[in-house]
Amino acid sequence: MMNQRKGLGKKKLLIEGVAIVAIALILAFVIPAVLPAFRLKLLGRFLGLAIVSLGIDLIWGYTGLLSLGHGIFFALGGYGLAMHLKLQLPSGELPEFFTLYGVDKLPWFWQPFSSFPFTIMAIILIPSLVAALLGYLVFRNRIKGVYFSILTQAALLVFFNFFNGQQKLINGTNGLKTSTEHIFGVMAGSDSAQWAFYEITIVCLILAYILCRWLTSGRFGRLLVAIRDDEMRLRFSGYNPTGYKVLVFAVSGAIAGVAGALYTVQTGIITPKFMEVAFSIEMVIWVAVGGRGTLVGAIVGTLLVRYARTILSEEFPEVWLFFQGGLFLLVVTVLPDGIVGWIRDKRWGKKRVITYPGLEEMVEPQMNADEYG
Amino acid sequence: MDKILITDNLTVSFDGFRALNQLNFTMNTGELRVVIGPNGAGKTTFLDVITGKVQPTTGKVLFQGRNLRGIPEQEIARLGIGRKFQTPRVYLGLTVRENLDLVCNRFKNVFSTLFRTPSFTDRRMVMGLLETVGLGGKRDLKAALLSHGEKQRLEIGMLVAQSPDLLLVDEPVAGLTDEETENVGALLLALAESHSILVIEHDMEFVRQIARQVTVLHQGTVLCEGTMDEIQGDRRVIEVYLGESEATLATGNNQS
Repeated sequence: MMNQRKGLGKKKLLIEGVAIVAIALILAFVIPAVLPAFRLKLLGRFLGLAIVSLGIDLIWGYTGLLSLGHGIFFALGGYGLAMHLKLQLPSGELPEFFTLYGVDKLPWFWQPFSSFPFTIMAIILIPSLVAALLGYLVFRNRIKGVYFSILTQAALLVFFNFFNGQQKLINGTNGLKTSTEHIFGVMAGSDSAQWAFYEITIVCLILAYILCRWLTSGRFGRLLVAIRDDEMRLRFSGYNPTGYKVLVFAVSGAIAGVAGALYTVQTGIITPKFMEVAFSIEMVIWVAVGGRGTLVGAIVGTLLVRYARTILSEEFPEVWLFFQGGLFLLVVTVLPDGIVGWIRDKRWGKKRVITYPGLEEMVEPQMNADEYG
Repeated sequence: MDKILITDNLTVSFDGFRALNQLNFTMNTGELRVVIGPNGAGKTTFLDVITGKVQPTTGKVLFQGRNLRGIPEQEIARLGIGRKFQTPRVYLGLTVRENLDLVCNRFKNVFSTLFRTPSFTDRRMVMGLLETVGLGGKRDLKAALLSHGEKQRLEIGMLVAQSPDLLLVDEPVAGLTDEETENVGALLLALAESHSILVIEHDMEFVRQIARQVTVLHQGTVLCEGTMDEIQGDRRVIEVYLGESEATLATGNNQS
């Protein structure tokens, strides 16, 4: 019985692996041949955003911590790569905007970004370190639930205002334009560079998916679910949840950083707008629409919402926000498990477990568990 | 005999209200002890302070001779104290087997959990526990789908999976049917063979089923201690705790 199940699990994993490879090959080779360059660029951006959704799903869908501040990590990754592009200049020259503000010496923190390996490391490490630090302070003090969400949003506002106000350091509100800069001697806005970014995005998306898949399976993944379900119980079982939460938040931040970098070069600019409150909330909506706690859901949700936005904005530019709000309401009230969760329930509907008394009644004792929690 | 748990003049006050008041309590290794007391006697606070959820205002708790003051909950749990809550607290999103496996894990730091696969002994222990708590047939069912009584048994199983020396069990049969109460009672008696167990309970019928030594708490202190029969004969106990149910108690006496 055990072996049979194990065999079944292996087979499932194989099917999943084949599906991923197939989808990746289609995305990487078929789609670019079919879609016009403009549409391809859009898809590349959306796939970049799907990476950050995976990070949000990890921290929210699995671990139950609703972060409204992922814009911080997303933008930090984006700024990292943009700074590297800005520094592709003959030696001695400064990025153009510095001269506008009378800065004649490169700020110290810009200097290491002229190195490409450092930049790649920074895109991953800086967001994850910021997340780890923020997470450690919050989780060590056992701040949970809505207070965590509020704190992440407050942190987001702090970063937003800081980046907005620092013209002399990072060009403030105007942000950093990357489309006319060069990377490895190629202009970042050119078709060939954009195609390369698109392919790299696909690779990164798959790597992020595999990472999340690994983290959410096995004991570690079950532990994340346990944190979501009843953190106090976990403590009384001898686990300290703080370390787990810090690690997951840091990984989630790193994934967001990579996503931000890829999105930036495909959009052509990074500005503090990436750290607007609405954008971080939108990330959460993508995951909610696709289905919390399912990695495929996070990706699907992002692509669907973003495409809906593109189509609607082309036709009726002013209704998008209403539509997005309505979509969120609809998902929360009608499809609490998102689209993927709904499909899954449908498919397994036949095998639905019937219990007496009904499940809805039995949920109650557990809800009361927090009277002492 | 060896003392597994000693509290020494233990006082816990919340804004001046003394939930526990100069409580002196000792329990021997291997003992099954039942603590009873009216609502507000400080029973749950007593468990909170042993498990590190609440710190003593004055006095101390000694577990196997070690002062527990200032030790965080998870460390106390690792020292060998397992706690079952009043309402069952299991991980609803995980299957029965996964619930048990998570607690079985001997290496509870982040990286061991991430990189180690469950050992053979762990898997065997989970299988054994599924038998013990009688949930073998439901091992791959999500805990959310279990009945109240099954959740109670699962949580007791999770407690045992921790391999604690001392089990603290808070009202294990609240809200259970008679049959389930029997099951839980038998389970606790079986576990008492190899563990020290402290049970908090209201249900007198159940206390009669399992109790050997009973402690009565009242207003945060020990009112009296003794066997069930001694307790039921004690005037003070009848006054403070059993007053209203004296009649039931009398009938219970006649039966025994």
